[in-house]
Amino acid sequence: MKTKETPRYLVPSLVAVALLALFIWWANSHLDNYKIQVLNLIAINSILALSLNLIYGFTGMFSLGHAGFMAIGAYVSSLLILPQVQKDMIYIIQPLAWPFSVLQAPFFVAVLAGGLAAALLGLLIAIPVLRLGGDYLGIATLGFAEIIRVVFTNLTPVTNGALGLKGIPDYANLWWNFGWCLLTLFFMIRLVNSNFGNVLKAIRDDEVAARAMGINTFKYRVVSFSIGAFFAGIGGALMASLVTTIDPKMFGFLLTFNVLMIVVAGGLGSLTGSILGSAVITVLLEWLRFVENPVDIGSFHLEGIPGMRMVIFSLLLILIILFRREGLMGMRELSWDAILRRFSRGGETR
Amino acid sequence: MSFEMFVQHLFNALTLGSLYGLVAIGYTMVYGILRLINFAHGDIFMLGAYFVFFGVTLTKIPWGIAIILAVAASAVCGIVIDRIAYRPLRDAPRISALISAIGVSFFIENLSLVIFTGLPKPVYQPEWLVEIISFGNVRILPLALIVPAIAFALVGGLLWVVYRTKPGLAMRSISKDIETTRLMGVSVDKIIALTFGLGSALAAASGIMWALRYPQIHPFMGVFPGFKAFIAAVLGGIGSIQGAMVGGMLLGLIEIMAVAFFPALSGYRDAFAFILLIVILLMKPTGLMGEKLEEKV
Repeated sequence: MKTKETPRYLVPSLVAVALLALFIWWANSHLDNYKIQVLNLIAINSILALSLNLIYGFTGMFSLGHAGFMAIGAYVSSLLILPQVQKDMIYIIQPLAWPFSVLQAPFFVAVLAGGLAAALLGLLIAIPVLRLGGDYLGIATLGFAEIIRVVFTNLTPVTNGALGLKGIPDYANLWWNFGWCLLTLFFMIRLVNSNFGNVLKAIRDDEVAARAMGINTFKYRVVSFSIGAFFAGIGGALMASLVTTIDPKMFGFLLTFNVLMIVVAGGLGSLTGSILGSAVITVLLEWLRFVENPVDIGSFHLEGIPGMRMVIFSLLLILIILFRREGLMGMRELSWDAILRRFSRGGETR
Repeated sequence: MSFEMFVQHLFNALTLGSLYGLVAIGYTMVYGILRLINFAHGDIFMLGAYFVFFGVTLTKIPWGIAIILAVAASAVCGIVIDRIAYRPLRDAPRISALISAIGVSFFIENLSLVIFTGLPKPVYQPEWLVEIISFGNVRILPLALIVPAIAFALVGGLLWVVYRTKPGLAMRSISKDIETTRLMGVSVDKIIALTFGLGSALAAASGIMWALRYPQIHPFMGVFPGFKAFIAAVLGGIGSIQGAMVGGMLLGLIEIMAVAFFPALSGYRDAFAFILLIVILLMKPTGLMGEKLEEKV
């Protein structure tokens, strides 16, 4: 919601953060659990969308591997915060392997470790795969995500196999989620508006030209990919603590599809678009649950159709790509400049 | 492993490989012409199977007619998908069409989930297809002979269309240069529709045989065969029909033999194809039989 290029936007930014804090404080005591859950999802989806937007929207690398990075982040962080008793209880097929069986960490460190593990894997994957471009890259990253899922299903001594992890402590409340979300947003704004960000955009717009300018495009793409993987890992770690139960099945292509949908709907190459997109899509997905429940309109009784939600959702993606390819925001940003100008103009006319 | 076992595995691999190959041809033809990974192709495979088995159960029409109708209906589905979701995006960035394809794929899967429900449906296998025949100590299903035979016959027919007929000539021409072909007076959109129709018909045929071989159908049955068939297409060299068939066979062989020789790896079976894909993309991105694709500036 802010573009911090000069300190003169410091005041509105701080005010916005304070307002957000006030809102969270209010929400915690006044909203029911379901609404709080939706707010949590918005924050986590924002993190995921921002990270995919960095990879795809700003660097032009079509990656379909987000679910894989989320899985890494989720498992690493969950293993660090699971209480000892719980670990002994859920690993019934095979006991938990050594380093994970004794390691414990506070939530912040655990989430950070999840992100770092995902970034490390992103780096390892990036070096071979980023030699590819376009849709081949999409398929290869999708392949990696699937491989991670298959490995996690079979690596029973670490991941508990298909049974997954249960009873993960639910530390991820509004404060943590929105805190990480703000941190991600701040980092992304600084990154995208830096020289580094300009290079990424140059690579996206014309890689051959960027290479001709003497830029080591491969290096920049690898770094951008790893940063994206880092935040995907953070998002996965928070998601795991929010839903408290994870298994390898959860991290399928559908998860990547959701994030892709948010990024496309919000606008590729727009950070504020990603935030708006995740708010709109998350709320829409929840709201669409009404088509799956029976409704009474006067004397009419409409039977709910289970599964209809995803039908409408995928139809929406097709419609967006056919009729409004640039999404909500296109490549524009919602900046303090524009907001302040609108406010001051409103004042003048009055 | 005894020789008899090996031969049986070989026939299983041949069956699986021809099923992958048939689906791979659709990917390779569409990619060769439009540079688009048609994500919805695996779902046509699923629709083909559902059309037959729902058609037979609901209307009691004979199997032969049901299969022909289902293949035709699937071809129409393929053409309609192209018309609605891909044709408006011909001039858009390639990734837009790919996202549209992902959307279509999810749409078909979830609509099928609503219509057909998520419960896997058992498929009735006619006796004569599953009565084991023995050659000495080698015991195989008639299906393991019929499926490859049908697959190769279909591929032969397709090769005839592509290399011996006018529309086939137009198809090959479009894959070289779409704009020049248009200038030559070829109705490009019709030829592309024909390509989608042929590819979808082959995918449906594969789906029907898949359902007979592994007697169960469910709305997501096309997802993994779809991915793997695409990998087979890349393996054989994208754009090459013979290559797609070779890639399919190779993938079938690797999947079956790896599990047969190393049973401990059976849990990782679904990962083989993806590992193979990444290796082939890095070693030889044009595939085994593909032409060199130039990077256009």
